[in-house]
Amino acid sequence: MATPMFRFDPMTLPPEAEALRGEVRAFIADHADAMSFSRSGFDRDFSRAMGRKGWIGMTWPKQYGGQERSALERYVLIEEMLAAGAPLSAHYISDRQSGPNILRFGTEEQKRHFLPRIVAGELTFCIGMSEPNSGSDLAGTRTRAVKVDGGYRINGTKLWTSNAHRSDYAILFCKMAQPGEEEVDRHGGATQFLLDLKSPGIEIRPVIDLLGEHHFNEIFLTDVFVPDWLLLGKEGNGWNQVTSELAFERSAPDRFLALFQMLREMVRLAGPDPDRATAAALGKLVAQLATLRSMSLSIAGMLQEGLQPNTESAVVKDLGTRYEQDIPVVARQLFPTEPELEAVETYVSMIARSTMSAPRLSIQGGTREILRGIIARGLGLR
Amino acid sequence: MAIRDETRMLLESMNRLFEDKCTKQVVDAAETGQFATDLWTAVAETGVPLAALPESAGGADAEWSDLFAALRVAGRYAAPIPLAETMLAGWVAASAGLDVSDGPMTVGPVRAGDELTLARDGNGWRLSGTASRVPYAKAASRIVLIADGPSGEMAVALDGIAGATHTAGKNIAGEPRDTLGFDGLALPAEAAAPLSDGVSRAALYRRGALARATMMSGALERAMDMAVGYAQERQQFGRPISKFQAVQQNLAVLAGQTAAAVAASNVGIEALGGDPEREEFLIAIAKARVGEAATLAAEIAHQVHGAIGFTREYALQHATRRLWSWREEFGSDPEWAAKVGAYVCARGADALWPTLTEAA
Repeated sequence: MATPMFRFDPMTLPPEAEALRGEVRAFIADHADAMSFSRSGFDRDFSRAMGRKGWIGMTWPKQYGGQERSALERYVLIEEMLAAGAPLSAHYISDRQSGPNILRFGTEEQKRHFLPRIVAGELTFCIGMSEPNSGSDLAGTRTRAVKVDGGYRINGTKLWTSNAHRSDYAILFCKMAQPGEEEVDRHGGATQFLLDLKSPGIEIRPVIDLLGEHHFNEIFLTDVFVPDWLLLGKEGNGWNQVTSELAFERSAPDRFLALFQMLREMVRLAGPDPDRATAAALGKLVAQLATLRSMSLSIAGMLQEGLQPNTESAVVKDLGTRYEQDIPVVARQLFPTEPELEAVETYVSMIARSTMSAPRLSIQGGTREILRGIIARGLGLR
Repeated sequence: MAIRDETRMLLESMNRLFEDKCTKQVVDAAETGQFATDLWTAVAETGVPLAALPESAGGADAEWSDLFAALRVAGRYAAPIPLAETMLAGWVAASAGLDVSDGPMTVGPVRAGDELTLARDGNGWRLSGTASRVPYAKAASRIVLIADGPSGEMAVALDGIAGATHTAGKNIAGEPRDTLGFDGLALPAEAAAPLSDGVSRAALYRRGALARATMMSGALERAMDMAVGYAQERQQFGRPISKFQAVQQNLAVLAGQTAAAVAASNVGIEALGGDPEREEFLIAIAKARVGEAATLAAEIAHQVHGAIGFTREYALQHATRRLWSWREEFGSDPEWAAKVGAYVCARGADALWPTLTEAA
């Protein structure tokens, strides 16, 4: 066969990963009050409690506070937490991509400074990539850094930054510029910084989403000074670094479990002996979910082997968002109701939230079109 | 990793064999009613059809997972031979201590509603009932059926269709699907025996479903390979159509569905030989998911090919007509999805996550 076939070898979890599952379930049971279906899930106390268990940065080297556990163990931890609706937002970005990015490109000083604090659940990162005129097209980034004495002077605007208002740092993606230069090259000088969000010159304004909730923000940077030691990696290497960061972002097992609690609620509504049509509709979703999980486990296995399954990750995210967007569609066919976000009945509120959240799923972390472009590249078409 | 070296070697050799022997001419000729004897002989010489049987029964104690992987290759090449049926027939026969045949075999019933009964008649048996749409029944040198005996399910081995009413039929890929009727057919005592080792009609049905799911995953790989290759060759508006984003996006969906189909069939394969209820659940997931993929992917493969894909001359139809046939055989994807749904609903909502994550 001439066409490259994407690799999803079956992966069986090792005993230590299955053993961890029991421990995670017990922890979840102890923190039952913290579980929810909402997206926010920002709970520093919960993150600190996970930190005490050694469950943040658990695959990282021990010298930086990690546990040197396997990607498969982390997979089990994450899938259990997501399925239960655990509030991970206060550390999730740090654990999934900021920490690994620092581990890969950071200086020794940066690793020693940031990683142990992330591991303790004390440090929240957000993602400083998107801008008003640069969403999918990251090369269009206009935020620019000028080298000054002892550091960099940064100007620009970031948009759609989830949780910026309650984060400590952002990994900022920007371009190098000359003093006084307002426009920057599309491909030149991309650079990443570890940006302290309490720095003078930063203003964070809320962007309320269509549910009426505050997750997104706009960050205005006016002559923000970033000291030399917070340059991440090398000047001009930002493009490589951000590609690696996006690979961490997209290979996470979190692209199909956000609505798991709703699927569970649908099973509850169906009762123990549903009619054939109901059983078939639910069974189709369960079959999709089980297949996604198997593919995602396979990716975790590849990560454990040190591979970079970027195309495979795009495949899983594309299929996963399709599955998640179908859940409210199937739900309203099987169990019709008038959705209401603040309804007392769990299901009514879930269908409201999932219906309104659905469009976001195939936009964040790489739009459906961008992901399919990555897959097409993997097929050798571009 | 779960893919063993032995499996890879087997797959490579099966790929070479089918590449060489299972040409478009062979597939086309089989559709006119000529059994693909040369292809069958070449496959039989590898020992794969009976390899899962114990050595005492003429097999090699091979892993079922390897044999199912070989079925994926057979599906990729639209192999017009009863490979899955022979594997399953051997498995049923051996569990009852019945002899297997070196030639092509088939198995039944393949449909849930069929009824076959075995009644005592002196020292022998009388077989009654219908086995509908039995694959390759006329070409098979041995037909292994499961029938209801006086004290439970039994295997029956027939040396061909003699004594049965035979109604020839075909699926839409032109593969023989013959209906056999039995009106008290007299059989000697040694032609039937009780099943053992967990073999049952239900187990046959689900393994048949998994065989079709696995073969479909191979046919999907072929359809995808052809569509991607064709898109890179076909020029319109002065460039290969693969350069158009609309086509690229479609091919990406096709690739995703194909990858999901392979992964889903592997979910079923990994469950083989475990707890029967668990095996049934995971195979149901496989057949449901692969059937869904087949529908979506066949549509895209044709769309990318345009008119040429709609011709008999072009081989895409070997893959897509099989997908449209196999998705219905041994239970359709909605039928198996309903089993998945019934299973999780019976266990209750709070058992859903533990059920999904239960270790093998």
